[in-house]
Amino acid sequence: MSQALLPGEFADLEPYAAKWCLPTETQRFAQRMASTMDEMQSFYDAFFPRAETAIQYCEKFPLDDMPEDAQRLLQLLYSLVMVSFPVEVWRQPHVPDAGAAHIELVLEPHP
Amino acid sequence: MSQKSSEGSGLGFPRPPEGSWTEHYPELGTEPISYEDSISPEFYELEREAIFKRAWLNVGRVEQIPRVGSYFTKELGFAKSSIVVVRGKDGVVRAFHNICRHRGNKLVWTDFPHQETSGSCRQFVCKYHGWRYELDGSCSFVQQEREFFDLDKAAYGLVPVHCDVWAGFIFVNLAREPEQGLREFLGPMVTAIEGYPFDQMTERFYYRAEVGANWKIYMDAFQEFYHAPVLHAKQSPVAARPEVQLAGYEGIHYQLDGPHRLVSSTSGRGWLMKPDDLKPMELLTRSGLFGAWDAPDLGKLPAGVNPSGSRWWGMDSFQIWPNWVILIWERSWYLTYHYWPTAHNKHLFEGNLYFIPAKDARERLAHEMAAVTFKEFAMQDGNTLEATQIMLESRVVERFPLNDQEILCRHLHKVAADWVDDYKRKRAQGRNR
Repeated sequence: MSQALLPGEFADLEPYAAKWCLPTETQRFAQRMASTMDEMQSFYDAFFPRAETAIQYCEKFPLDDMPEDAQRLLQLLYSLVMVSFPVEVWRQPHVPDAGAAHIELVLEPHP
Repeated sequence: MSQKSSEGSGLGFPRPPEGSWTEHYPELGTEPISYEDSISPEFYELEREAIFKRAWLNVGRVEQIPRVGSYFTKELGFAKSSIVVVRGKDGVVRAFHNICRHRGNKLVWTDFPHQETSGSCRQFVCKYHGWRYELDGSCSFVQQEREFFDLDKAAYGLVPVHCDVWAGFIFVNLAREPEQGLREFLGPMVTAIEGYPFDQMTERFYYRAEVGANWKIYMDAFQEFYHAPVLHAKQSPVAARPEVQLAGYEGIHYQLDGPHRLVSSTSGRGWLMKPDDLKPMELLTRSGLFGAWDAPDLGKLPAGVNPSGSRWWGMDSFQIWPNWVILIWERSWYLTYHYWPTAHNKHLFEGNLYFIPAKDARERLAHEMAAVTFKEFAMQDGNTLEATQIMLESRVVERFPLNDQEILCRHLHKVAADWVDDYKRKRAQGRNR
């Protein structure tokens, strides 16, 4: 078995970690556009009920001194935000009526 | 401005005694307007000189150059130029045209000459022949100086650009001699927000987009919210409800001051809404388009924020001439937009979201939710503008009616025309002298 990416109590989410633990919004947006609705729905359904527990886990640490596995869990939460628009609102990966519009996030806070 | 008390229930905010915001400013007129100023290459050429090379332009914030030698470059497509903004040894922020005095090479760039860059240095060194410039712009070293003919280094400093700072925002003015100082240019309505804790809001999300529309078309999109219940209807369960669609949109307060303009508006108050009216992710993160619900308390705000004193206040959008917007949210964050024209039908859009730095992962996630929601909206807006530009250029229709909620659009196009007329008049006078 490959090495765990997430804290132990979130082992059930490991199947989603490799795909969705991404450090930048640009990567998360690209992953969303490259995913099917089934993939995102499955990730959302598995993670959303556990998300409040994940937030509680992450907020125990100072933001500038988080263990790597907790940082990846926070990235997974960012990805949940990212897929929430296709899943909860659009019913498709891309923003309707946005066509080829492209907005690049040049600079973002870390983590 | 004479105005009744700001009582209202979401609709029916008091208007000026003239009956409408637009008629309160009679110089605006009420007739349909032309968008020729947004599709004409000739008008764009005039705007470059009359507006963008004469007005004070915000290019960033002092936090971007925190230390002596910190610098950033800014591409100014309208001037076909680039500037470098740097903090000197004396702490003063200065701006220079980004050109080496020897053979005209771009002085500061990294890898790609068209891309902006930032960093820190003790002096600027040209990549081409190694000429060096101090942080105050003076030329301090010429490679093989003895090979030149009577070269006086003191006469070969970097070309300065007028530069000044207000409330931590850095401005430049490309005019040989600006007609107004920065503070006078900004005027009382804008400077009345001085004291807002911009300097504390250093957690930044910086977006860029190339948009296939005239810069004023995008400004128009974000200076009226008449479009919001329609274009963004699918974004939330509430907005999709028929009664919300029918109710439409009404701003709390509109105000003009010289070339600048303002709209104060309500915003969503998620923490007061029924769960069924919210997206599950909004409930989880306690955040959304209008910011994190559990916002830090900023104490008493400057008088210029929520200038009408409305209890329904959700945000102020300051449209600062010519191409800059500061949008202050009731939930203790702000954002800025910049629209940098690159052609009559193209511009570079920049959006910056600024928060008080998150103290833990929960706050950071709330900021992420606000930022992602912002982008979803902005993408819908951006694409619609290209559709507008395409059809305006057909010139099939040449006069367009604007309603009272679109007063700021009317004002922007009038100010653009006024500045171009003023420039033409002064140019003609200069020739006749």
